[in-house]
Amino acid sequence: NSFSSYINLSWWSEVQMGPPDPILGVTEAFRRDTNPKKMNLGVGAYRDDQGKPYVLNCVRKAEAQIAAKKMDKEYLPIGGLGDFTKACAQLALGPDNEVLKSGRSVTVQTISGTGSLRVGANFLARFHNAARDVYLPKPSWGNHTPIFRDAGMQLKAYAYYDPKTCGFDFNGALDDISKIPEKSVILLHACAHNPTGVDPRPEQWKEMASVIKKRNLLVFFDMAYQGFASGDIDRDAWAVRHFIEQGHNVVLSQSFAKNMGLYGERVGGFTVVCKDTEEAKRVESQLKILIRPMYSNPPMNGARIASTILATPELYKEWLVEVKSMADRIIKMREMLVSNLKKEGSTHNWQHVTDQIGMFCFTGLKPEQVECLINEYSVYMTKDGRISMAGVTSGNVAYLAHAIHAATK
Amino acid sequence: MSLFREVPLAAPVAVFKLTADFREDPAPNKVNLGVGAYRTDEGKPWVLPVVKKVEKMIAEDNSLNHEYLPILGLPEFRSSASKIALGEDSPAILEKRVGAVQCLGGTGALKIGAEFLRRWYNGNDNTKTPIYVSAPTWENHNAVFANAGFEDIRPYKYWDAQKRGLDLSGFLGDLESAPEYSIFVLHACAHNPTGTDPSHDEWKQIAEVMKVRFSLFAFFDSAYQGFASGNLEKDAWAVRFFVSQGFEILCAQSFSKNFGLYNERVGNLTVVAKDEDNVNRVLSQMEKIVRITWSNPPSQGARLVAITLTTPELFNEWKDNVKTMADRVLLMRAELKARLLSLGTPGTWEHITQQIGMFSFTGLNPKQVEYLVKEKHIYLMASGRINMCGLTTKNIDYVAESIHEAVTRVQ
Repeated sequence: NSFSSYINLSWWSEVQMGPPDPILGVTEAFRRDTNPKKMNLGVGAYRDDQGKPYVLNCVRKAEAQIAAKKMDKEYLPIGGLGDFTKACAQLALGPDNEVLKSGRSVTVQTISGTGSLRVGANFLARFHNAARDVYLPKPSWGNHTPIFRDAGMQLKAYAYYDPKTCGFDFNGALDDISKIPEKSVILLHACAHNPTGVDPRPEQWKEMASVIKKRNLLVFFDMAYQGFASGDIDRDAWAVRHFIEQGHNVVLSQSFAKNMGLYGERVGGFTVVCKDTEEAKRVESQLKILIRPMYSNPPMNGARIASTILATPELYKEWLVEVKSMADRIIKMREMLVSNLKKEGSTHNWQHVTDQIGMFCFTGLKPEQVECLINEYSVYMTKDGRISMAGVTSGNVAYLAHAIHAATK
Repeated sequence: MSLFREVPLAAPVAVFKLTADFREDPAPNKVNLGVGAYRTDEGKPWVLPVVKKVEKMIAEDNSLNHEYLPILGLPEFRSSASKIALGEDSPAILEKRVGAVQCLGGTGALKIGAEFLRRWYNGNDNTKTPIYVSAPTWENHNAVFANAGFEDIRPYKYWDAQKRGLDLSGFLGDLESAPEYSIFVLHACAHNPTGTDPSHDEWKQIAEVMKVRFSLFAFFDSAYQGFASGNLEKDAWAVRFFVSQGFEILCAQSFSKNFGLYNERVGNLTVVAKDEDNVNRVLSQMEKIVRITWSNPPSQGARLVAITLTTPELFNEWKDNVKTMADRVLLMRAELKARLLSLGTPGTWEHITQQIGMFSFTGLNPKQVEYLVKEKHIYLMASGRINMCGLTTKNIDYVAESIHEAVTRVQ
């Protein structure tokens, strides 16, 4: 080693090129494609019927209201905007929830859903000494695994999706869950499961809640689509509320990326339901200790917009209507896809397309069929056959059906 | 039985507790010299005029939406922010060996940098690699690196309490004796909390030792560019000097103070490497870290800064706004010192005007600080650090007199 060799050598010569993000790869390939009929069904963001991003009217109104107030830009508290965290918890749990009335929960503002999961994972890694294992449904959102792993947890899985039916493997799930070691963490998608779109029915949730209680598991709910799944915010939060009612002290991640279209503003919350207010205070203090060395305190803009909407009756009403209209458009596209597939003459059973819920649809397409769709029809999706219904419009659904039929007949 | 029954109550972060106590204090003459945010001469937060202007532009631009930014952030923000740190004509930029990651404020930039270094700096496991932070330093530095997995965080000599200045020989000594591959966190300007920066000559000596040792790494924390002297170039001198000497560096930039965008969390992690290929690989790994931390950064603040930095009239207006803030701080420094001198307050007070930036390490001891807080309702950190922005033409007499009392009555 010498100074002359120092001059030429980089600290980073051993740094490997990171693997391309699978979903980003889809968008990049889409961008390069010159086919005028191309469709990007990888995107996990809502699009209107013209295929354009949609800024909600209630968001624009909230922004105008906020601008008129001429507020300063002082740091938020570490735990975030109080008006926001309060409204965020109320939205998930329902305003009359006993948990909120007794003050035995804590909610911190987080960097959307990812930031919430990360804070939650770090919190469990540090304080949930009873177990290291987090059980994810098979399959789950691709980013769940690396988040929990990096936080120091170990990943396991429980049966969830049944590829034979493109539906919920209820018996398989119950069977697996009944064997999970006590005190392990089980992650549940509250609604609009990502990537499959397959949700348990209420009576199935009830049984799961009961088995999970028997196994004494710590429930971690990921709710990224409240309102966006069925169009009804209470219906979409039903599972979360039921579990709490049944005595589960859950932890919960919420995102406002999709249901308020606030993607890039990074609006989310992390909630811990505790035994009592004293415990909630202790937990809150530790969440702050985790957050401070990550980013000190969260961004104001999106939280201010969300809390304005949630706290202003006319805006809240308008938001419910807009969320429902987004959900309805998705539901309509599902129906149109199935009817168009029938028109194409497909003899396959496509019921799962309308049974599934939320932004994503697990088509059941095999990798070769996905390849065919990408290469021959410029219809882009991830290799697992997941499509984002948000990328489907009344203008392109016929083409999509045509392409799928061609690949699967 | 609750899973969280063993979770202990954590102590509140000191600087925020100070502000909370200040808020609860009913005394009419109370003064908050604690948390580091700019205040006008009326003691109020200041939204920069250029910020108001650009916010309005953004609000009126219906082509804008709230879609996700790329994982690494808004490209125009990243490149224009790096230009601010390194200079538009930086050879490193022209040679395409500069990259950047948009982060959640300066803290977020330190976080991503720390996580990257732990994984990739010297082999794949840097948990035992020493991290050197100045004694004293911003209180969150330790936690950022500890939470990124570094187990050995050590002080390097910096503040000389006796002479109330830089302990250069101590600093150089620590650089000379640090284990190979140690990482040094350097304050680019306006050292927090002491306000004491190395001179150009002293920086040259620091760089020289690091060059000779060649296995030490420089991680710059630049939270006050423009805010220290009022001049962007002057405040970036140390960073640019290191780059000109061929060092590969990381530089965590914050736009909280110099843009007054505190709560929008606008930061940038600038990477300077030997060549473009290294930059690309580094960024690809940082992207993976970002994805499991916050996925992608908030758009509002970055948009605002990018528009300002890339529009000449707005850029000039911003520089003016920054100078306004820096000038007010310089004025308060001069006024405070003048009053202490005229009161004949024991001790030397040259450091008040020699120090630079938002903070001043007054040299007051904990008992004297306690006296100020309890008896005079003047809130400052136990270390004796004061935020010059908390001083106004209306309260400066009271503060000077109170310091005089504290120094003469309390030993």
